[in-house]
Amino acid sequence: MKYVDEYRDGKLAREIAERIRNEALPSRQYNLMEFCGGHTHAIFRYGIPDLLPDNVNMIHGPGCPVCVLPISRLDTAIELAVAHDVILCSYGDMMRVPGSRKRSLLKARAEGADVRMVYSSMDALKLAQDNPDREVVFFAIGFETTTPPTALVIHQAKKLGVKNFSVFCNHVLTPAAISSILDSPEAGELGLLKLDGFVGPAHVSTVIGSQPYERFAVEYSKPIVIAGFEPLDLLQAILMLIRQVNEGRAEVENEFSRAVTRQGNERAKQIVDETFEERDSFEWRGLGFVPRSALQIRAEFAGFDAEKRFPVEYRSSAENSACLCGPILHGVKSPRDCTLFGGACTPENPLGPCMVSSEGACAAYYSYGRHQESLIAKEHA
Amino acid sequence: MTKRTEYSHALDLQNGRVEMAHGSGGKAMAQLIDELFLQAFSNPWLEQMNDQACFTLPPGRVVMATDSHVISPLFFPGGDIGSLSVHGTVNDVAMSGAVPKYLSAGFILEEGFPLADLQRIVQSMARAAEEAGVAIVTGDTKVVERGKGDGCFINTTGIGVLVEQLNLSGNRVQPGDKIILSGTLGDHGVAIMSLREGLTFETTIASDSQSLHDLVAAMVAEVPEINCMRDPTRGGLAATLNEIAQSSHVGVTIYEATIPVKPQVSAACEFLGLDPLYVANEGKLVAFCPADKAEQLLAVMRKHSKGQEAAIIGEVTADPLKFVQMETVFGGRRMVDWISAEQLPRIC
Repeated sequence: MKYVDEYRDGKLAREIAERIRNEALPSRQYNLMEFCGGHTHAIFRYGIPDLLPDNVNMIHGPGCPVCVLPISRLDTAIELAVAHDVILCSYGDMMRVPGSRKRSLLKARAEGADVRMVYSSMDALKLAQDNPDREVVFFAIGFETTTPPTALVIHQAKKLGVKNFSVFCNHVLTPAAISSILDSPEAGELGLLKLDGFVGPAHVSTVIGSQPYERFAVEYSKPIVIAGFEPLDLLQAILMLIRQVNEGRAEVENEFSRAVTRQGNERAKQIVDETFEERDSFEWRGLGFVPRSALQIRAEFAGFDAEKRFPVEYRSSAENSACLCGPILHGVKSPRDCTLFGGACTPENPLGPCMVSSEGACAAYYSYGRHQESLIAKEHA
Repeated sequence: MTKRTEYSHALDLQNGRVEMAHGSGGKAMAQLIDELFLQAFSNPWLEQMNDQACFTLPPGRVVMATDSHVISPLFFPGGDIGSLSVHGTVNDVAMSGAVPKYLSAGFILEEGFPLADLQRIVQSMARAAEEAGVAIVTGDTKVVERGKGDGCFINTTGIGVLVEQLNLSGNRVQPGDKIILSGTLGDHGVAIMSLREGLTFETTIASDSQSLHDLVAAMVAEVPEINCMRDPTRGGLAATLNEIAQSSHVGVTIYEATIPVKPQVSAACEFLGLDPLYVANEGKLVAFCPADKAEQLLAVMRKHSKGQEAAIIGEVTADPLKFVQMETVFGGRRMVDWISAEQLPRIC
């Protein structure tokens, strides 16, 4: 397939892998965090760990929107559908995530709630227009990539005068999550998390640009390479990070120059800014409450804000106490360290956030990487 | 063909709709059978109008399979629920190496379903049955109230005969066997998905729905040593390979670069975040055969119109963990796991 296969060329991959092996200094360890779940997924889907030397270690970050949405927010969405009898529209991969008492949107639908899977925010608006006697709520989740379409649909609804449409906004911010990790005690005084650099998600930067990462390079001295989601993009980004570490540089570099600029997409940023404002604080599954890490709908558009339109109650929900997703999302632990992994917690029966979405670190390990566990077991046998 | 009785008005096949009476056992049902089903499926067994069909089978072991079809939408590029209900069961019978002979057809219709659509479906079934060399010899019709069905559901059961001394089974696959796929993956699933509500993208992909009885006949005639055949329908190739690995207590290694996928299917899967390995097929088979027969089998398949794009995609390994693994185009390795539920598009 044109414009895809070029970025999956096995021969070129082996050449870049060879360069990584030649340039990574055997005397040291390289701990690199790929922030985004899409990168985690690609790393495992293409078997990239097999191509890296042992001292280059990929640590999986919290950039999986489905994984980090707290149970309480999911419970609220389910409550909107059940108790307020709305048509609740959700993106597909949110549908089977278990909330409290293992209740998911799919289960709520089986019990009679009107939950619809949509592929775009505009589909939800169309449903509202087609069902004028029903309240339609769009369950908006995601990082900066899905925020502009949500902003756009709110503007469109206002322009068209659609009165029965609102948005349950759960949009979160990438730079705030990176700050939270770098400011955590694990990365600081506890010394549990040694990070040498970040692979930044290119699709986020097509919107916000590369500029918001510059402070991490300056203030925290961490190199960042913004990379695309094809396997060659990832390998190239890893090589670029190793070179920065070796040369003692900490800069924001752009591997994905085919679409990312320093400033990003000005029009998208503008409409997001017109529509949303930062929340003082927002709960992340695994990370806890993170200041200024999410968006809410501005008062000007309150009529389209499901949280203002419906009397929803906010309850905190407890996680399984044996679940290691918190430390895994912080990059401190690996799925292998968790006693629940692969036994009590599987993609069929997920207990923690990292197993619920295919982009979560645990799900990626389980679905794509289990053969490595068996190789390890054989070696030790 | 004789009719049971004369009816005061012919069925209105243009504007008429299914009514509760069409499943009641009374005159309306008799008329539906006479003027629609008998017309289309016309054969000596059905025309006897008994509650069962009585026939003699050629010598050999008898093979039987059943499949219920609940597809939405009912009509799609490359087929409809009628042709699919024949292909699905014919293929299930044929995967044993048998020659499919007879089908039964059970219809569950929703009150209000347009008779014109039913006629289209029934005629499509008749064509598919003729192409597959099977006769639809007995059937049943039930009508459920409006809102209690999805237009039309069809169950078919098929009977075939294993004339050769063939022995194909999911538990007979051996380490060292080669794995041959008869053609491109994912055409059916992507064609259906492109029509689903809320996901209208334009594509030229048609479902691959087809009967594989003739391809199978050519394969077993040339290489009777084939250990197992399966058609990778729901759950796709990944589910089939995992089923075989479990049943035969073996591992499987496939090579991504050798697996044929149409560029349009590949593109649709890319933007929906799906993996063609998990997408349904309705006209492809995967065969496991001893390595020394693989090239011979591949040649027969490629000569056949339904196997022109056949390829050896992997091999069976000795692995007590029964893992299915894939060597990626990239040179890495990964697991190809069972799918945990229906594939859902990713958000970003």
